Amino acid sequence: MKRTRADHEANHRGISRRAAIVGGVQLVFIGALAARMRHLQINQADQFRLLAEENRIKFKLIPPARGEVFDRNGVQLAQNIPTYQIKIVREDAGDVEAVIYKLGQVMELKAETVERALTEIRRSKPFHPVTIAEDVAWDDLSRVSVNAPALPGVTPEIGLTRVYPRGSDFAHILGYVGPVSDYDLDKLDDPDELLRIPRFQIGKVGVEAKVELPLRGKAGTRQVEVNAAGREMRELGRREGRPGSDLQLTIDSKLQGYVQARLGEESASAVVIDCATGDLVAIASAPTYDPNLFVRGISVADYKMLTDNTFRPLASKTVQGAYPPGSTFKMITAMAALEEGIMEPEDTVRCPGHLEVADRKFHCWKRSGHGSVDLLNSLKQSCDVYYYDLALKVGIEKISAMANMFGLGIRHDVPMSAVTRGLTPTKAWKKQTHDKDWVIGDTVNASIGQGYMLSSPMQLAVMTARFATGRSVNPRLVKSIDGVEQPNGAGAPMPLDPENLRKMRRAMFAVVNDRRGTAYGSRIIAEGMRMAGKTGTSQVRNISSAERARGVIRNADLPWNRRDHALFVDFAPADNPKYAVAVVVEHGGGGSTAAAPIARDITLQALYGGEPPLEAYPSKDRGRIASQQRRLRKVQPIAAIDGKDQA
Amino acid sequence: MSYLEYTVKSTPTGLRKILFLNWPLTILLSAVAGVGFLMLYSVAGGSYTPWAEPQMKRFALGLVLMVIIGVVPIWFWRSVAGFGYGVTLILLVAVEFFGSVGMGAQRWIDLGFMRLQPSELMKITLVMFLAAYYDWLPSKNKSKPFWVFVPVMIILVPTALVIQQPDLGTSILLLAAGGGLMFLAGVHWAYFAAVFAAGIGLITAVFRSRGSEWQLLNNYQYRRIDTFLDPSQDPLGAGYHITQSKIALGSGGWTGRGFMQGTQSRLNFLPEKHTDFIFTTLAEEFGFIGAISLLGLYLLIIVFCVASALANRDRFSSLLILGIALNFFLFFAVNMSMVMGMAPVVGVPLPLVSYGGSAMLVLMIAFGLVQSAHVHRPR
Repeated sequence: MKRTRADHEANHRGISRRAAIVGGVQLVFIGALAARMRHLQINQADQFRLLAEENRIKFKLIPPARGEVFDRNGVQLAQNIPTYQIKIVREDAGDVEAVIYKLGQVMELKAETVERALTEIRRSKPFHPVTIAEDVAWDDLSRVSVNAPALPGVTPEIGLTRVYPRGSDFAHILGYVGPVSDYDLDKLDDPDELLRIPRFQIGKVGVEAKVELPLRGKAGTRQVEVNAAGREMRELGRREGRPGSDLQLTIDSKLQGYVQARLGEESASAVVIDCATGDLVAIASAPTYDPNLFVRGISVADYKMLTDNTFRPLASKTVQGAYPPGSTFKMITAMAALEEGIMEPEDTVRCPGHLEVADRKFHCWKRSGHGSVDLLNSLKQSCDVYYYDLALKVGIEKISAMANMFGLGIRHDVPMSAVTRGLTPTKAWKKQTHDKDWVIGDTVNASIGQGYMLSSPMQLAVMTARFATGRSVNPRLVKSIDGVEQPNGAGAPMPLDPENLRKMRRAMFAVVNDRRGTAYGSRIIAEGMRMAGKTGTSQVRNISSAERARGVIRNADLPWNRRDHALFVDFAPADNPKYAVAVVVEHGGGGSTAAAPIARDITLQALYGGEPPLEAYPSKDRGRIASQQRRLRKVQPIAAIDGKDQA
Repeated sequence: MSYLEYTVKSTPTGLRKILFLNWPLTILLSAVAGVGFLMLYSVAGGSYTPWAEPQMKRFALGLVLMVIIGVVPIWFWRSVAGFGYGVTLILLVAVEFFGSVGMGAQRWIDLGFMRLQPSELMKITLVMFLAAYYDWLPSKNKSKPFWVFVPVMIILVPTALVIQQPDLGTSILLLAAGGGLMFLAGVHWAYFAAVFAAGIGLITAVFRSRGSEWQLLNNYQYRRIDTFLDPSQDPLGAGYHITQSKIALGSGGWTGRGFMQGTQSRLNFLPEKHTDFIFTTLAEEFGFIGAISLLGLYLLIIVFCVASALANRDRFSSLLILGIALNFFLFFAVNMSMVMGMAPVVGVPLPLVSYGGSAMLVLMIAFGLVQSAHVHRPR
């Protein structure tokens, strides 16, 4: 469109006029904004600053109730009980020490807790409440409430604390909870805000620690308006958290109580596993301790007593103890040979009491030798030379692989602390860790579960369950979480010749029930309850040739910590296996004398679901057993009562 | 050949154009963006992530865009004004069907590297198209009813689409910027008086329709109006934003609590502290002096734009610059009055300071046009 210069100039003047009007309006508005700013920030500054300080809206965490733990029959093993606490908030107290002094006039404060609270106050954020007195009696609590106006920043609170009603019976399984430490926080990249709450309890060891997250639950939040003194004025909103999940363990607390009592103060451990499901029905380590001591904060003296004890009560020997399996390992060596097809069960080996390998003499436990033995007789009498011979033919790699198949040398996924993998040595392993070549003598030692071979009592129980069922049974400790059944450990059938497994079971039956078997003294005579098993006695020292020349010293004459470990594994009933049991008595001497009787008592207790009738025992033992039962009834009163009534 | 093209013989050419950019304006824009980086760094608790660093990158990209647009002749931009408006309109329709749902409103198209909000783009293309329209229209026609009806439709169609999204803040900005441009172009004041009267009537209708079946606004928009009228009635719900931002502002005082010392943002009392409510952090940490300084910077930007527009004798250029300056003014004026409790919370960011890619780039494109008009002014 054609446009003239005059038209353009007129337009430009018009625009300038309108622009001046719009600009003026803008300027006025900007002036209004500035005035408003001045009004809010200068004239009303004091009022708003007060509002900012005084009328704060705070987000407070609602700690979730920790999940409770039950045994397989619903007996409560870990519960929460309310406790009253006095807390102090630094930000609101002002002069903390003056307030604590005043508090001390109202109620009695322990110097130790005050000291701890003061360090905690210095370290935590100013608005975090710090506990200054725990387990406060109701009288004290009401006195503090009455005096509240004189005690700024002091608030009474109801908290929950953990209690283990079955005490020491479950110490090694459940472990215990304790207040979060700096060390715990350092381990986590992004700790839950909950853990910042002073003295918040988290699992420290055992199931409490391993199943921490489901047990802990999720924190809720409250939005509260608080005044300048930190007192809550009103609750504005609330988002509920999720309480921790309840756990049901596979343990039968009644059997567990019996096992713990039967082991007594010996340094021993026992595992009972359900062959059908892999459920750990009892898993006890002795001596034990009271986990409730740790929840409250154990005293230095008590702790020293536990750590100084040579029997190591704090150790959970069933899963973290790694022992040479000794003769209980012979089934693995035999099974490896059978599966490789290098021998028939009927083939015999002559045992002159020793075998010479590479210029070294390897002795049988029986110096005079066993004569000619086949598979059944060698296992029954635990002849060592027979297995030396097999191992030399099969080789260590096949033996270790077979051990792995039976669950040795494998870390089983059980939520307990420090679960050991044990050790099933191979040539490559020795090269790597010791930088030495495997020698033939190592194979000979490994064949009878000595040398480098190590396994935990739980692994031995798993091995026995796998022999009993032919399936790769896996241990299970948690039966259900919040009522949701966890997958069981029945396992798949192992790729082994069932005929070979049958032969092994028959040999294990002979160990206990044949007159010449090493565990004949610990047999069960009740029909349909008979057990099959294997004894083991593992050396913890090397017997030098000089010693041997002098004559091997009897175990009883040695200092305790150099005596042999006594082991026994069994499953019962032999014809229809229900439970597999492993017992290890540290430095207990012979497996047949120290471990097998304990295993038999535990097996019977499990099979009968309580105290077995004396008729199940051979007649000559009954008198002794009767008095033992009387004694045990006294030391474990809980187990004598039925679990459900107790809860 | 138009008047404009006759008189540009002295206009610089090639890369020399960069020297003739409106450098004071560029420096002012950078200063405001710098305040933004500082505040984003502070609200993130002293960290370049997640906000300050991406914002810096976007501003750098925006500066480059501004210079590129600035060296392209203004008559090119005039010739594509209609095309740009049409494309933006199509995009606005497109978000109705393909747009992602964000913050409860359908607003953007995901381009992969960034999210494009066509409603932001419309703020420029609408101003461009209206400026071109009045540049083309003989001045004797501009107050004739038909030639007034045309631009009114040009404004109302995109505004209606944006309200649909629903984005009340942007639709108000579009309406105000378009109306303002018509006023600047010299449309007879009687039209504006009529619209003003009609507006009063509409507001009454909006309130009367509330609760009935044919209510005109969404419930959340009514609630925001309620909150504006009486924020104290629900300090955690609807009134939370304004109450908290007033507390933060007020507690700043003369000099503020100091950089990174704002307790209100530390305790996460302020929602959207990095976007619409970033001004509160500034006011809390730097006090009245900091807040008034930012306002001063904004005022200077407007002043430089208006001066450039008045010195420019090309009608398209001066209308475009004034329109963009008005737009910019509306941005910060609405944001600040909303944060200070003078207007309802409608979701308008603080220009160049609030975190957000689309708004930042669109603003820099707009200032690119201002630069282009400045560089290619008739001399």
